[in-house]
Amino acid sequence: MKFTEDHEWLTAEGDIVTVGITEHAATQLGDVVFVELPEVETQVAKGDEVSVIESVKAASDIVAPLDGEIVEVNEAIVDTPSLVNDDPLTNWFFKIKVEDVSAMAAYMDEDAYKEFIE
Amino acid sequence: MAGLNRTGLYDLHIELGARMVPFAGYEMPVQYPAGVMAEHLHTRAKAGLFDVSHMGQVILRGETRAAALETLVPVDVLGLPQGRQRYGFFTDDRGDLLDDLMIANRGDHLFIVVNAARKDHDIAHMQSLDGVSVEPVAGRALLALQGPAAEDVLAAIVPEVRPMRFMDVLTLGDLWISRSGYTGEDGFEISVPDAEAEALTRRLLADEDVLPIGLGARDSLRLEAGLCLYGADIDETTSPIEAGLGWAIGKVRRSTGAREGGFPGSNRILAELETGPGRKRVGLRPETRAPMRAGTELFTEDGTLVGHVTSGAYGPTVEAPVSMGYVAHHYEAEDTRLFGEVRGKRMPVRVAALPFTPARFKR
Repeated sequence: MKFTEDHEWLTAEGDIVTVGITEHAATQLGDVVFVELPEVETQVAKGDEVSVIESVKAASDIVAPLDGEIVEVNEAIVDTPSLVNDDPLTNWFFKIKVEDVSAMAAYMDEDAYKEFIE
Repeated sequence: MAGLNRTGLYDLHIELGARMVPFAGYEMPVQYPAGVMAEHLHTRAKAGLFDVSHMGQVILRGETRAAALETLVPVDVLGLPQGRQRYGFFTDDRGDLLDDLMIANRGDHLFIVVNAARKDHDIAHMQSLDGVSVEPVAGRALLALQGPAAEDVLAAIVPEVRPMRFMDVLTLGDLWISRSGYTGEDGFEISVPDAEAEALTRRLLADEDVLPIGLGARDSLRLEAGLCLYGADIDETTSPIEAGLGWAIGKVRRSTGAREGGFPGSNRILAELETGPGRKRVGLRPETRAPMRAGTELFTEDGTLVGHVTSGAYGPTVEAPVSMGYVAHHYEAEDTRLFGEVRGKRMPVRVAALPFTPARFKR
């Protein structure tokens, strides 16, 4: 599992990368009340705002961590946004079929992320 | 946080695990470990305790205090009986709102509570009155205990509060208590000397029905209750009639009343009372799950801009997003369908009755 400075987590299976938000992000956001996910088959570039998450406090963007195509989204968190608070590491947002999975290596590992959020 | 004031309960907030944020020049708890949603729901189910010591407490003395204050607010202050409190607002010469406030008649003086961000302004404003001494109250905390269990909880400590009705005020030794609040629930606001504030807070929190509540839930509670936040829903560009606050203008201060007008901006305000304002504050229920927050522009189906949102959030009790905002005359009727622009997309929203949750005051 890799982590971004935008508090997203990434796991890869072949060239499919699953993206969610970290425990730290979920705690900081507070109770999540709304999630908007990208359309499947959307072409995304690294840094694109592809998803929106709203908590009782504010709205935040979820950005695409890598270039690629959205191939699957997790509708369960749209229907029940509180799932994101219940277990942010299980309740993923979207999956990207990436062009270059090796680009993931640039992101932080768990120890580096822990240090980053301290 | 540098340069910020702290209330007398700061250490207790930290001990309780509050997340502190800057608000109106104070470091205030935005939430406790329970979180905004749980705090909101708990207040409507049982009782929530809020530290609102950042608000301005002011005493007005002088024989002519009520008549003098009437020159700044369109409220019937002279007719306010001893032991009662009234909602009001300061208006400017254009008939817009300078702040809203609570006015209590405590016998030989008026006790006034104003918004934290406006207290310096309001105190200077009242100091312009002739024959009135304006005394900012120092060294007192202000607590709000809100929710259906509030009476039982407070009466266990102060039995005298039980017979109080909504907007009654009572002095009990060092405690200045009103039956009022900012959540739409029954409840009390309690002014208490700093030296006793922490002990009283701990005693109230010791009741299993009471949770400490932060500013986050305070905002969603007042929004569901349809109550205005100064600086968001009302400000120096809104008149009280546009804001739907005309009910607070006593009959005696209106056209043909015995003390008609006599407050800043009375020409416009009294005219708007008669003929209706050009725009009105309304409740808004987004038809999708996306909250429409302050600043969201409101359009008709054919794309005409007719208003904007001034407050918006997810309503934990309503279990849906709720907003308030202003719409042009002709679009204020309940169920009128408009479109709010959220992140570049026009999302359907309907004009709705306020409050979103029924008020449960003890009348």
